[in-house]
Amino acid sequence: MSQDNGKSPALSSRHLLGLEGVPADEITLILDTAEAMKEILDRPIKKVPTLRGVTVVNLFFEDSTRTKLSFELAEKRLSADLINFSKSGSSVAKGETLLDTARNIEAMKVDVVVVRHQHPGVPKFLADRLTSVVVNAGDGSHEHPTQALLDMMTLRQTFGHFKGLRVAIVGDITHSRVVKSNIHGLITMGAEVMLVGPPTLMPRDVESLNVKVSHDIDEAIAWADALNVLRLQLERQKSGFLPSLREYHMTFGVTLERLAKAPKELVILHPGPMNRGVEIESAVADSGASVILEQVTNGVAVRMAVLMLLSAPEGIL
Amino acid sequence: MKPIQLPDKLLLKNVRLVDAEQNIDQPGSLLIESGVITALNTDADDATVWDLDGAVVCPGFVDMHVHLREPGFEDAETIKSGQKAAAAGGFTAVACMPNTNPALDHAGIVRWIIEEAESFPITVYPIAAITKNRAGLELTEMVELHRAGALAFSDDGGCVENTELMRRALEYSKLTGAPIIDHAEDFKLTGAGSMHESAVSTRLGLPGIPRLSEDIMTVRDVMLAEYTGGKLHLAHVSTKGALEALEDALKRGLPVTGEVSPHHLLLTDKAVESFDTSTKMKPPLREEEDRLALIEGMKRGAFAAIATDHAPHPYETKEVPFDEAAFGIIGLETALGLIWDRFVRTKVISAADMVRLFSNGPRQVLGLPEVSLTAGTPVELTVFHPDEKWVVNAKEFYTKSRNTPFNGWELIGRPWGILKGSMWAGRVTPSFK
Repeated sequence: MSQDNGKSPALSSRHLLGLEGVPADEITLILDTAEAMKEILDRPIKKVPTLRGVTVVNLFFEDSTRTKLSFELAEKRLSADLINFSKSGSSVAKGETLLDTARNIEAMKVDVVVVRHQHPGVPKFLADRLTSVVVNAGDGSHEHPTQALLDMMTLRQTFGHFKGLRVAIVGDITHSRVVKSNIHGLITMGAEVMLVGPPTLMPRDVESLNVKVSHDIDEAIAWADALNVLRLQLERQKSGFLPSLREYHMTFGVTLERLAKAPKELVILHPGPMNRGVEIESAVADSGASVILEQVTNGVAVRMAVLMLLSAPEGIL
Repeated sequence: MKPIQLPDKLLLKNVRLVDAEQNIDQPGSLLIESGVITALNTDADDATVWDLDGAVVCPGFVDMHVHLREPGFEDAETIKSGQKAAAAGGFTAVACMPNTNPALDHAGIVRWIIEEAESFPITVYPIAAITKNRAGLELTEMVELHRAGALAFSDDGGCVENTELMRRALEYSKLTGAPIIDHAEDFKLTGAGSMHESAVSTRLGLPGIPRLSEDIMTVRDVMLAEYTGGKLHLAHVSTKGALEALEDALKRGLPVTGEVSPHHLLLTDKAVESFDTSTKMKPPLREEEDRLALIEGMKRGAFAAIATDHAPHPYETKEVPFDEAAFGIIGLETALGLIWDRFVRTKVISAADMVRLFSNGPRQVLGLPEVSLTAGTPVELTVFHPDEKWVVNAKEFYTKSRNTPFNGWELIGRPWGILKGSMWAGRVTPSFK
């Protein structure tokens, strides 16, 4: 691991706010570290003392089940002390401001803040104002770096490399943080990315991120090595982005029938939670092509790696 | 800041006189007696002398688009603090927008604002609401409001969405001769948007406000102005599309004018990448192509005025996540320095162009008499030093709020203050000899 005299940090940033701008060698370092962590998860005693004495607060301002569980587990596996804070909603109107909440928690002497928030930029907001290390666990439609890292870890396990790998991401691109982190990470590592979805859920000038854009799921299936299928928020229909979930499934749903037409067998990822029968057919989710549960396992390993690289006391790495 | 009484007979010596109307930009002196300009380039032995060390003296600046927040939001700004900020920024007058609480939709409130402002030498011209409580449902009593002192009508911050009502507003306002100032925004297209919709908003995951939101309303309202003959003034033009609509209207001789804000001339959506909430305003910071189009438009004379859209907000409404932050930035104390340093010193526009855009340009839109540097004109003058270097530091500002994206900018050219009647108000204390 890259370090000088045990002092310089393993990563160039103190925080993990997103994958935008994270260089390839650091992504590789995180993924390599995650592989080592995964080995710990296979031991009979799944715990190491790496973060003993390090206090982590999981600051979840938005509902989350798997990301929160995954971070908690990662923290426990590393022997960190952890506290949880959950609060849906936020804002001045409801009393204490975000900054006051964060300062109060920090005053309790925590070392790492893992934050999930419905608004983009909140992790940076906290990083700019607190002395703790900040890890972004998803901020609005901005980034979700640990999700992208676990997706990439899963892809690397399957394909062994990123160079020239073709990944199609299907669904609501506009409102997805997972997409943006995946794009930054995959493009940095030399993969090709195609975004697939209806024009109403494709954000403005997204081509500027060096991705291909398609509105044809069959084209994407024919092109891709792997398909990352996004959850379609059911409220998109009500807010007028889609006429119906039925038509969405007809037009963009990933089905065995569609996959059967592909020249090769595709690997299917999904960040969860799935809407079976909407963006993905059950038969696909449960098929041999699906690596969805590997993703979940890798999620714990990736989060252990990130926490360790950012917050392990000097000399441990 | 305490206003200072001027000596009865005061010679402003060693000044640079700039006056667009007379097409002058030259060194000289100015004699003022009891609140009136009495002579140019003269030596009066019996006058008190103020040596201004090469400072510019020009017709007084009017910021025709400010939010003074009083009544209702006094933690952000008051009429008095806004007046002080105006004086410090070199403005002799401001026109204040009606999105107060209560809204400026009654003659009584208009009169109250004018009276409240009288104790300080900065004139405050109220802009009354177009619709009652700015709710977009019924017209205000425009004739009475105009008699009470309102110089224009606007639902600024909001837009009259009902096209039929906007038509009536443009028709009915003809009784007053005062313009309708248009905050052109289609709120349905804006949706939950918090920044300009572009590659940057896509990357940041912030909901976008498309150009269309401004363009469609601008085009609609220009068409309404053409059909009705009502006077329309386009506030804070920020897109190339809205600029095109404005210039097309000007070319066709329609009763349409427009203003541009310093921040739209100087910043783009790239500034939002920091998630700094002081880059959040409406209309939002657009793209480089819009910014360059606005600068070209300014050079061609498309705009009648530069106006700051000075929108103070307290710390609590800006020190929050970007999506939750209030829209608006302060501008009174940075406008002159920014335009001088970035556009006049770089010869994009002339000193006289700038003076016109800040003084008689907005006066014309508001139906106010022009001010010139000629004998017999009542004193209403802006004083700034064209060579003074400074670093923008919002902590030193007279406004009550600190929401500016220009903090830390190094500028050359700094406002000193204003002369109004027989009073001086400003950052600088005059040294009379």
